[in-house]
Amino acid sequence: MTDVVFITVSLLTVAFAILALEARELVYGAVALALSFLGAAALFILLDSIFIAIFQVLVYVGSIAILIVFVIMLVRREKWVSIQSGTERTLGIIAAVLLFSTMAYFSLSTSLTTQYPTPTVLFNFSEIGSQLVNEYSIILQLTGIALAVSVIGALTMAKFENR
Amino acid sequence: MILLEPLINYFIVSLALLSVGIYGLIAKRNAIRLLFSVEIIINAAIINFVAFARYYDTPLLTGQTFSLFAIALAATEAAVGLAIIVQAFRLNNDIDVLELKRLRG
Repeated sequence: MTDVVFITVSLLTVAFAILALEARELVYGAVALALSFLGAAALFILLDSIFIAIFQVLVYVGSIAILIVFVIMLVRREKWVSIQSGTERTLGIIAAVLLFSTMAYFSLSTSLTTQYPTPTVLFNFSEIGSQLVNEYSIILQLTGIALAVSVIGALTMAKFENR
Repeated sequence: MILLEPLINYFIVSLALLSVGIYGLIAKRNAIRLLFSVEIIINAAIINFVAFARYYDTPLLTGQTFSLFAIALAATEAAVGLAIIVQAFRLNNDIDVLELKRLRG
């Protein structure tokens, strides 16, 4: 049962990621990207990491995808529908296939394929909280500063008047 | 059967997402598509973080904590990148990255 769910979810995630890049209309691409993020959240649930799944849905699907849709509405032009790049496209496909096949081939001979006993310990959310505050408090504060700086910077850049 | 063993499956999925992102970075010229590609690559990295932490001998919580940081930083990156795209569109009336030549010496 879990295997069927896993295969479906992972296929959907990769397929929506491809569709996000290849959709003719940019808005459809943004929607496909949001669906791909949702698929990744489902993968996190399969990995027993419910909190990360919630965070993923809140941040990625909730804010980043909506932000992207609004920006697409701001900068939309009809011309993009017909942009074709022939050689770059073939180059990209060759690079992606080479990367995937070589890394998959060599990872098959590593210890990644050994069957680990499935851990029975389940995580609880409160441990994440205490780890955030106790061990990684500096990183937490730095992340907060980075968020504040980036939001202020984004606002300043977007407000900049056209001369 | 290889398909049913846990860790390599998640590794292959995140590898596929990484390849899709690399393809987008090479082949696309639209700045928003490039941002899509970067987001897909970050997502692949986060899947790897969580999967490797889950299938450790004694499951580690550190992977989840760090993926929280990674998601937050991806959000900041998207905000700044989209602001740059809006500004580039205002200045050049185009977001084709090959047409943005203003900073070229």
